[in-house]
Amino acid sequence: MTEEGSGKEQSVEMELGEAAVIKLPRSTSLARADGLLVRLRPFYEGVIHFALFICASISVLVTVGIVIILLYESVQFFFDVSIIEFLTGTRWTPLLKPQHFGILPLMCGTMLVAAGSAIVAVPIGLGTAIYLSEYASPRFRDIVKPFLEILAGIPSVVYGYLAIVTVSPIIRYLFPSAGVFNAASACIVVGIMILPMIISLSEDILQSVPLSLRGAAFALGANKFEVTVRVVVPAALSGIIASFLLAISRAIGETMAVTLAAGATPKLTLNPLESIQTMTAYIVQVSQGDTPTGTVEYRTIFAVGLMLFITTMVMNVIAQYILSRVGEQYE
Amino acid sequence: MSTKLDIYTAKRRGRITNLLFTSVCFLATVTCVIVLFILIWNIILQGKSWLSWDFVDSFPSRFPHKAGIKSALYGSIWLIGLTALFSVPLGVGAAVYLEEYAPKSRWRKLIQLNISNLAGVPSIVYGILGLALFVRALALERSVLSGALTLTLVVLPIIILASQEALRSVPDSIRRSAYALGATRWQTVWYQVLPASLPGIMTGVILALSRALGEAAPLIVVGAMAYVPFVPERLSDEFTSLPIQIFNWTSRPQEDFHHLAAAGILVLLIVLVSMNAIAIFVRHKYGKKIRW
Repeated sequence: MTEEGSGKEQSVEMELGEAAVIKLPRSTSLARADGLLVRLRPFYEGVIHFALFICASISVLVTVGIVIILLYESVQFFFDVSIIEFLTGTRWTPLLKPQHFGILPLMCGTMLVAAGSAIVAVPIGLGTAIYLSEYASPRFRDIVKPFLEILAGIPSVVYGYLAIVTVSPIIRYLFPSAGVFNAASACIVVGIMILPMIISLSEDILQSVPLSLRGAAFALGANKFEVTVRVVVPAALSGIIASFLLAISRAIGETMAVTLAAGATPKLTLNPLESIQTMTAYIVQVSQGDTPTGTVEYRTIFAVGLMLFITTMVMNVIAQYILSRVGEQYE
Repeated sequence: MSTKLDIYTAKRRGRITNLLFTSVCFLATVTCVIVLFILIWNIILQGKSWLSWDFVDSFPSRFPHKAGIKSALYGSIWLIGLTALFSVPLGVGAAVYLEEYAPKSRWRKLIQLNISNLAGVPSIVYGILGLALFVRALALERSVLSGALTLTLVVLPIIILASQEALRSVPDSIRRSAYALGATRWQTVWYQVLPASLPGIMTGVILALSRALGEAAPLIVVGAMAYVPFVPERLSDEFTSLPIQIFNWTSRPQEDFHHLAAAGILVLLIVLVSMNAIAIFVRHKYGKKIRW
């Protein structure tokens, strides 16, 4: 290995040394410095290669770190609380006596917000994606797209503010039984949040449907509506569903808007007018308080975080798998 | 005779459905834009009279009329600066490795899959990692440094994916000509590929940093303070940031604090919009110069 390396170095040095001499005669000291650089080149190429490799490996280390830390603390948590109680209990009151550690109310709250936001975002998002991809003129698209990018760039805490100050009063006006904090306002703002994601992903998928499919359908006498609904959308369906999955997984992980809008009362309910708590909002609630390290209450955030991580990870992996096959379809 | 009529009615019906469907889809598109305007209009209406130089230059206070965002603004600047310092070399380095160095192997596929999945991990989970790793294990406490390191983890996948895209758009002919002239791999990357892909990388970096600027959840878990009446001066100082200050004000019941929150949001949005404008400018100005 070392012999081979040094042999290569020498030959490179000779070639470059000659070239330097032919081009412009240099003083011997400079030539020597050049020679040193050339001799060192394989070495620092190697160093750079290694450094870049480390950079790329950090991403893997991050994943491993997340899994290890979540598992480590959760396992300790499950020494104190039985895993069956955790997964099937219907009451979640770790911060109050008597303590109950059933995660179902938090799961229910999370799913309520995810489903509600999907109900808001999916029809509008798909409609917009279809319009932008199939109907809109390039000019119209150029005008609308920056607005969608702005919508995507608004931080989630801003949506939380809007939920409390703007959306919640409207809901309370329409449904007087609703509380100040309610799941519905969270659903609406999270729906708006995930809209741009659904639109841009679905639009990409729709655009990737080959023009020949549309042309063939038109040639058979179909009108635009039939081409879109019976040919293009079905062809892109798996990708569209993947985009929904990614967006819903984003809604599940959404934190600040939900924390502000939905309240802090873990409840096993499907009524969107009530105050609920999601998994993410619970983690924020504990983080804001002064829970001492190493207690059961402190470890709950790791157990809840583990559930959150698993839920979103599963949805993301399925979506990625579907998306990775979309490209192959037409090749 | 009757079949001919059927065809006509069917055609007319088809035309009506077509028109209906088009209008529904168009309405959906318009809704998105209108919603955006309503949201921003609302915030401007609520916050504009509270926005002043005193607001930007005062520390938070129990009294809404004296309160400001000085510590939050400085905290955000610290966080973004440090996050950029950590995440840009790491992210671009990882992208260069994956695109220019790594052989097409299972290992590379694994890293790639891993990065795409990391991009979908909720930011609060990174907060939990930051709490256990930086705050506790490395004993950095609730410092600006812990916050910035945590944000680095949040934005790293975004920077890597954007940089990869930019590197991929550089045609292979450039690499081959560099190799043909005797350049080593690193010389090719450093003198040819990176400069050519810089606009794309810059755009990705700016978008990632604007994401970091708006992020509050991981910082709350790491332990950003709700009330910080000073400007951070060292890496080990406690900190707050704009989104956290906004969160704090929004969660109070008094109306006045909501107005403060709106004014804070305006400042945050102004910064974000200018960052995005820079990204668009970079993309247009330098993106078009290079023609292959």
